[in-house]
Amino acid sequence: MIVFRLAWQSLANRWLTAMLTILAIAFSVMLLLGVEKVRTGARQSFADTISGTDLIIGARSGALNLLLYSVFRIGNATNNITWTTYQEIAQAPDIDWIVPISLGDSHHGFRVMGTTPEYFARYRYRRTHALEFAQGKPFADLFDAVIGADVAAKLGYKLGDRIVVAHGLGSTGFVEHDDKPFQVSGILAKTGTPVDRTVHVSLEAIEAIHIDWQSGARIPGQSISADEVRKMPLPPKAITAALIGLKSKLGVFRLQRAINEYRAEPLSAILPGSTLQELWSLVGTAETALAAVSVMVVVTALLGMVTMILTTLNERRREMAILRSVGARPGTILGLLVAEAALLIVAGVGLGIALLYAALFALQPYIDRVYGLYIAIEPLKPGEWTSLAAIVFAGILTGLLPAFRAYRLSLADGMTVRT
Amino acid sequence: MAIAQVKAVTPQAAPDIVTMSGVRFAWPRRDDFRLAIDDFKLTEGERLLLIGPSGSGKSTFLSLLAGIVTPQAGKIDILGTDIARLRGGARDRFRAEHFGIIFQMFNLLPYGSVLDNVLLPLSFSAERRKRASAGGTAESEAGRLLGKLGIAPSLIGGASAASLSVGQQQRVAAARALIGAPQIIIADEPTSALDRNRQQAFLDLLFEVVAEAGATLIMVSHDESLAPRFSRVVPLGEIARITTGGDAA
Repeated sequence: MIVFRLAWQSLANRWLTAMLTILAIAFSVMLLLGVEKVRTGARQSFADTISGTDLIIGARSGALNLLLYSVFRIGNATNNITWTTYQEIAQAPDIDWIVPISLGDSHHGFRVMGTTPEYFARYRYRRTHALEFAQGKPFADLFDAVIGADVAAKLGYKLGDRIVVAHGLGSTGFVEHDDKPFQVSGILAKTGTPVDRTVHVSLEAIEAIHIDWQSGARIPGQSISADEVRKMPLPPKAITAALIGLKSKLGVFRLQRAINEYRAEPLSAILPGSTLQELWSLVGTAETALAAVSVMVVVTALLGMVTMILTTLNERRREMAILRSVGARPGTILGLLVAEAALLIVAGVGLGIALLYAALFALQPYIDRVYGLYIAIEPLKPGEWTSLAAIVFAGILTGLLPAFRAYRLSLADGMTVRT
Repeated sequence: MAIAQVKAVTPQAAPDIVTMSGVRFAWPRRDDFRLAIDDFKLTEGERLLLIGPSGSGKSTFLSLLAGIVTPQAGKIDILGTDIARLRGGARDRFRAEHFGIIFQMFNLLPYGSVLDNVLLPLSFSAERRKRASAGGTAESEAGRLLGKLGIAPSLIGGASAASLSVGQQQRVAAARALIGAPQIIIADEPTSALDRNRQQAFLDLLFEVVAEAGATLIMVSHDESLAPRFSRVVPLGEIARITTGGDAA
């Protein structure tokens, strides 16, 4: 078709503006889909913060609060669980494994968590990933500490470095357990979970650094040195929470009810998965804002395209008049301009998809390593195809605007070739 | 009775191919310009020169004649069809079928090749396509016309129209107007962008190919010195009455 070839040559003659328009659309599409991918990735990473744990127990409180302090190291426990109660619950027949955790101290803003070495074996994130040691090993000595990847990176710690734990949760201004320093025995690999921001020590160590303390302060005149405390028995008196794995998932609600109704002490048991969902629905409003911004960017790109077509329209009135004179109907001219808009849009969307996947393949490992955000590379979902179809449709609709203007101009110009 | 009059002045008694009567036209949203054509005829095979300065309604007259605009009242009978009664699409097809148009300048789509520019009208008229390819292919017919009009064969396939000189562009436009042998050739000041020598050369060629195709030529110009070459010369003001307040170039 000569008409289409000439229309194509006309567009090719304006290739620079056309390319820029396509690029603008491509970047906006890439942003829109990218935000969607990051959103899904963030949601998944969030939901994958803790896996393989069937129940988390703590002193009676709201489910969100318990999840926040036990998994995300945010906020404080309302109360502790006594060691006696812990041991009794640990006897429940459904339980496959149970790992106690004890919170309350900090190190330069990072939470210190007392636990057992089993924690490193039992904790799972991103469904099946176990914690891995980048360097060193779990704590063996009483004053050994295992630090998360962020702690090591931020504070520049190496294996064997000595660190002092502060009482309480601030980064400064608190009393420090400087009489009983710890030694870094292991550094965990990056996980993208709050584990990265945690200093892990043994439960006994937590007991040891508080042995000459009472009610949050040193007992005056009474000081027990680090060497002396090594010889003492250090049974934990209380813990903050415990992670539980069950032999069979079927027992989860029975055990949860049993714990919630535990008589000797008010306790709460939560299912981490469902509570994570609940928490995401709270923080998820930010993702709506993000999506709104990327929609605005797409709208801007479409407006840019209309502007481009409109500005070239004047110099193309000659084209229109010639086409009209050889017998083109105004509808043909309308069609050519809409086809041009459609071509630009489809090319932009196509390029946007290509750029997105290129960027995903290039950056995925880096994002995972640095931000602990795992963005799955998978084909576009039906919902995303729908958005893209909507963009193409909107683009063609906006393309009608200059097309109708050209139509009107070509009617008004009549036989005159305006230049 | 109008026919009787015409017969009286044309010895060969050739039929009228255009009859305009009682035509009233105003551009939409331009109240200050009105054009009225009470009676205008064009006879088959004529070489008509309409003389008129700019602002005399030349473009409007030609737009009405070619059916690009329709009058608010009146009759425009072309080859037995009242195009004022035709709907938009049919009028466009009619124009593609029966008219070849040459503008003052900027006749060609600058990005396209010479050949594509010449073949363009055939996309809109099956009849002209058929006629153009009667003796071979439409491409060979385009080549023949261009050759006759003095366009070197090397320019036809490859060169983009924008690389041609103004004179060459006008000759390519003439080839486009004539391909597929439309009955009426409209030329709107086709020589005004050319110098005197080239004007004569262009008109020689144009008359030659128009005669060969057996077409009727209607040309508009402000240049009265061209008059001797035409079979009839009419001041546009005698045909089209304009009531005006503004410009109507």
